[in-house]
Amino acid sequence: MHIEVSGLYKKFGDFQAVTDVNFEIEKGQLIGLLGPSGGGKTSILRMLAGLESVDKGDIVFHGKRVNDLPPQERGIGFVFQNYALFKHMTVEGNIAFGLEVKKWSKAKIKDRVAELVELTGLSGFEKRYPHQLSGGQRQRVAFARALAPEPQLLLLDEPFAAIDAKIRHELRSWLRDMIDRLGITSIFVTHDQDEAIEVADQIMIINKGRLEQKGTPWEIYKNPQSPFVAEFIGESTIVEDASSLRGFGNASDWPGTKALIRPEYVEVGKPSDFKLLSATESGRVRHVHFRGSEWLVEVEVGSTRLVTYRSLEKEIVHPGDEVQVLIHRAYLFNNNDSWIMENKLKEDPMPVHI
Amino acid sequence: MRRLWIGLTVVLFGLLLIVPVVRIIMGAFNEGWRGFSDGLSRPETLHALFVTSMIVVIVTVVNTVFGVMMSLYLVRATWLGKRIKQLLNSIVDLPFAVSPVIGGLMIVLLLGPETALGALFNSAGVDIVYAIPGMIIATLFVTFPLIVREVMPVLQEIGNAQEEAASTLGASAWTTFWRVTWPSIQWSVVYGVVLTVARSLGEFGAVLVVSGNILFKTQTATTLVYQDVENFNLTAANSIALVLAAGSVTLLLFMEWAKSRREVH
Repeated sequence: MHIEVSGLYKKFGDFQAVTDVNFEIEKGQLIGLLGPSGGGKTSILRMLAGLESVDKGDIVFHGKRVNDLPPQERGIGFVFQNYALFKHMTVEGNIAFGLEVKKWSKAKIKDRVAELVELTGLSGFEKRYPHQLSGGQRQRVAFARALAPEPQLLLLDEPFAAIDAKIRHELRSWLRDMIDRLGITSIFVTHDQDEAIEVADQIMIINKGRLEQKGTPWEIYKNPQSPFVAEFIGESTIVEDASSLRGFGNASDWPGTKALIRPEYVEVGKPSDFKLLSATESGRVRHVHFRGSEWLVEVEVGSTRLVTYRSLEKEIVHPGDEVQVLIHRAYLFNNNDSWIMENKLKEDPMPVHI
Repeated sequence: MRRLWIGLTVVLFGLLLIVPVVRIIMGAFNEGWRGFSDGLSRPETLHALFVTSMIVVIVTVVNTVFGVMMSLYLVRATWLGKRIKQLLNSIVDLPFAVSPVIGGLMIVLLLGPETALGALFNSAGVDIVYAIPGMIIATLFVTFPLIVREVMPVLQEIGNAQEEAASTLGASAWTTFWRVTWPSIQWSVVYGVVLTVARSLGEFGAVLVVSGNILFKTQTATTLVYQDVENFNLTAANSIALVLAAGSVTLLLFMEWAKSRREVH
């Protein structure tokens, strides 16, 4: 289903939950609504579902304005955060519910339920009640129930929030495969950036009720369009005075410019590790954390503290070590503008061409 | 010390509960089975029991329907402002706070024969006060909070996610209520119904004020017991009291069962 949202506003009492949100979604895409808790993601999702009224703006499905349609008539499937399974119905009963209210024939319902049970890997659990299932199984029942009436749009509200880390990972890729196979337009809400980056075709970053940026995970990572997005995606450090960093001296042309530096922009090592020593400055290692697949190194340069990753293959650094620090690039921003700047000293001032 | 407390508790329990029941049984049968059956088969007893059961049935049906609806509105309605909900919520408890006699008196003052409203109904051929309708209203007033107070917490606890899920699956409000909400609240409703039956069976103060206790017309089982005691007709009074007590004990046992069902579901 093709979805178009324009000028969407929503207020709860005095709280402005959603402000001027505009976006368009192509058919068959999987979209992640990402942002901090309380940022308005769920409100947007609920307005798409018709569970919340719209204050201002238009929601258009397939060229048809649906603002005034109740949820029953929108042709959507909704997976709730805590699944909201009908607790007095069995797995089968839950999946069949939407078909029964749509007055499908008994035989058709039976076939469709069997198909979905198969699809979601719930065979053998048809007669169980929700309280007899694990979190992951409940999630799949909720998914099957939402899909049963063949909706055109699937909405998922924090679908993995209540599941433990290991199974969450499995379920994520399972969901991705499933949605790819069905080709159904889907939107899910999450506050977990890894989840959004891993699963979504496109991410929409929502903050304080506004859509900050929409794009593929890579676009958003590579080219954040606002300081909020830059800071929200990935781990990063903010340096108050960008021009104090070595190689970024000309940032002082724009007074009041701050720098946001991601761990992967920073490299630490011994002086012999760098080709152009002049682009580095010396710092001292403050802390080293083992992250399972890499080291997370906190290093202090002057009064700024930067964070970087270090491969386990490289020589181990210890707190207190003197190291050379190279900042490859920085994301600079001030009140009016933001841009990415490369380290000016990294280019060899006297290149030798042979 | 501990034994003393246990002993005191047992004595108090006995004095308050066991002794009166034994006393009623003895009183009912002090003239043998004959006195008991005579006391019950008097025309006024049969009429009073009929009036009582009629009131119980009507009040229970009305309060069940409106109690459940009231709970749904107080918990779920988004079109009611928060303030109005709070106000309504406290008004629901009014009958708990006000003495039933005062409740009855309010009805007399509002709908009595001398009032404008009462006269209006009277000219239409309907008597409210000193007639069955007034007694039903009085009993409705006294029992109204019982079902609301049982059902509301359950509705709050289950939340509206299941109902929202049903609506996204295409179910109408009516279907959602019967297939999703009702199974969750049914045992609380049963529990509330039992309490309502018990309360309306035993209601005395409000009914006495409103009914005028007119023989063969507005006399209920409880007001008949009162009158029999006044007339020193103790065997009959004890017999009716025993029937009422037996009814209450049955309800209590049923209530325990309903409670256990509610905990399972």
